[in-house]
Amino acid sequence: MIMQKFITLKSSVVPLDRRDVDTDAIIPKQFMKSIRRTGFGQNLFDNWRYLDEGEPGQDCSIRPLNMKFSLNQPQFQGAQILLCRENFGCGSSREHAVWALEGFGLKALIGTTFADIFESNCLNNGLLPIKLGSEVIDKLFKKIHEQQHLHLNIDLNAQTVTHHDNSWTFKIDSNRKERLLHGLDSIGATLKYSNAIKHYEKKDREVTPWLYNQASA
Amino acid sequence: MAAKTLYQKLWDKHHVHAINDTDSIIYIDRHLINEVTSPQAFESLENSGRTVWRPAAAIASADHNVPTSGRTSGIVDALAAAQVSALATNCENHGILHYGMHDPRQGILHVISPELGATQPGMTIACGDSHTSTHGAFGSLAFGIGTSEVEHLLATQCLQMRRLKSLNIRIEGKLNPGVTSKDLALHVVGVLSTSGATGYAIEFSGNTVSSLTMEARMTLCNMSIEAGARVGMIGVDETTIAYLKNRTFSPPDEHWDAAVAHWKTFVSDPNAPFDHELLVAAETVNPYVTWGTTPDMCCPITGHIPTKEAIEPPCQDRFLRALEYMGLKPGMAVTDIVLDKVFIGSCTNARIEDLRLAASIVKGKRIASNILQALVVPGSGSVKRQAELEGLDRIFIEAGFEWRDAGCSMCLGMNDDRLLPSERCASTSNRNFEGRQGAGGRSHLVSPVVAAAAAIAGRFVPPPSMEI
Repeated sequence: MIMQKFITLKSSVVPLDRRDVDTDAIIPKQFMKSIRRTGFGQNLFDNWRYLDEGEPGQDCSIRPLNMKFSLNQPQFQGAQILLCRENFGCGSSREHAVWALEGFGLKALIGTTFADIFESNCLNNGLLPIKLGSEVIDKLFKKIHEQQHLHLNIDLNAQTVTHHDNSWTFKIDSNRKERLLHGLDSIGATLKYSNAIKHYEKKDREVTPWLYNQASA
Repeated sequence: MAAKTLYQKLWDKHHVHAINDTDSIIYIDRHLINEVTSPQAFESLENSGRTVWRPAAAIASADHNVPTSGRTSGIVDALAAAQVSALATNCENHGILHYGMHDPRQGILHVISPELGATQPGMTIACGDSHTSTHGAFGSLAFGIGTSEVEHLLATQCLQMRRLKSLNIRIEGKLNPGVTSKDLALHVVGVLSTSGATGYAIEFSGNTVSSLTMEARMTLCNMSIEAGARVGMIGVDETTIAYLKNRTFSPPDEHWDAAVAHWKTFVSDPNAPFDHELLVAAETVNPYVTWGTTPDMCCPITGHIPTKEAIEPPCQDRFLRALEYMGLKPGMAVTDIVLDKVFIGSCTNARIEDLRLAASIVKGKRIASNILQALVVPGSGSVKRQAELEGLDRIFIEAGFEWRDAGCSMCLGMNDDRLLPSERCASTSNRNFEGRQGAGGRSHLVSPVVAAAAAIAGRFVPPPSMEI
């Protein structure tokens, strides 16, 4: 699969001020019956965003919106950065959660920590999860609550998040960074080592032959 | 040679290529495939003109979406039917072993792979499902992956993986009567919080763990992910090896002795260095009930929901929001919680031993009149048949339970088995997130013992075997 590149992003921010946001909340299970990767954006945070019960196939443009929910509020429309709290994306491994965030138009997440599987899923789809210290995250939430608006610049190559004169650096390992910057296909990257994989199998077959005699049960 | 942890041994054995200091290409021995997280992977694989590297390493079964009753008339839900049918077609096109909905061996992948002997010590196992950590009970490195990784694994038989830190959770002592490995799991999640083990591979060790059956070990490893750990594992011992005898995929006689010798090496060496250790005294573990909307929000069945004052100020909003969703009050006694539904099932607690435990509690009794529905959903066709051989189905049916076919069912409510808004359920599953078992539904995670006793009483009661 060709992955979208991530180089820089200048965007307003939408806040989601709660910790332990799980992937069931990000995309409820009834929407996972799709066999496609697209079309999940309208059901992102479905139980929180709408006042009625969501089912696949609805026309979401006529559903009643929960205007207390930040993603529905006019001042945050068009934001491509989600500001979140600790342990975002916990729970199920469903990549549909990332497809929903991207389908909604988000390109980066800024929080303190992300769940392991969710973070891998983000990186495999070109959605950048940025981890900053909790005091920085607190400060950003405070600013957005006070001003109802926050605009940030993200530079992946420099590994910085900038707001006016303030700039914070974030960590990302070299393999993941390169993949995002160049939109690299990680399967293609692994397949460059096909010979090493075949060599591994040949050697391993001698040590654990029973693993290679799969029954056709 | 330096002492190694079990995790380190599994990593080293499957190491194909180092990408950098932390990431490597790791070979995966077993790929388990379900209908919900795989269709996009197959489609993308085919669009890229790639093929499945080693189809014989994979096993597929439809578990998330399948109905648990009325199967002979097919799947009514057209979207679910399309997913189940896509799995069958994809497996057929790529030569992958598939247990379809009508196969007697069909079931939850984390139940059927172990019972078929397809989960073995020393293996790496991946599946597009976060509860793949279950298989770590066999001394294997097993973890959940997303759909892009499912495609990666299909195409290369490998994954690009980051090395995890190691956490040794040593549990020592004797469990009290009425306490099960589900309670151990909830205890650990309660201590660590839902993110306490993020970035770690957990190893469960100690004499309490050694004394557990394989079924109970699977329950414990299953819930590692609820503490944030992608991986939970237990070293190999005689219990592991005895379980693997005479199963469909177990090594044939000519390889058995070599396999056992190989398997026995998958234990942490004495004095192996862990990044962190946590000691749990088994006597301090209670039967637990979750009262909130994350699995770490739990307390003993004889206890009370915390008061607001007992919660640290920064966490009070979250605490109150969870209780509001759950329709509960701070400080109330757990035994005052009245239930609407009971669900006994899921990859956490739908094995034969779980059903035996639950049946022993409900035998000769009736579910309470306020219980609208009590479901028993066996983890696999094999578990169902075994239970019927033992007469457990009669015990449940006579008590007023519905006896269903195998699948994930009300654990995540993708099929018709789900909670309606504000319905309250005692569930042996693994997640109590908002809406997990149905929009607006309220889930309390418990052991099969507690769920069975709650079905009879209509509210939470200490299990009969518990000394108080």
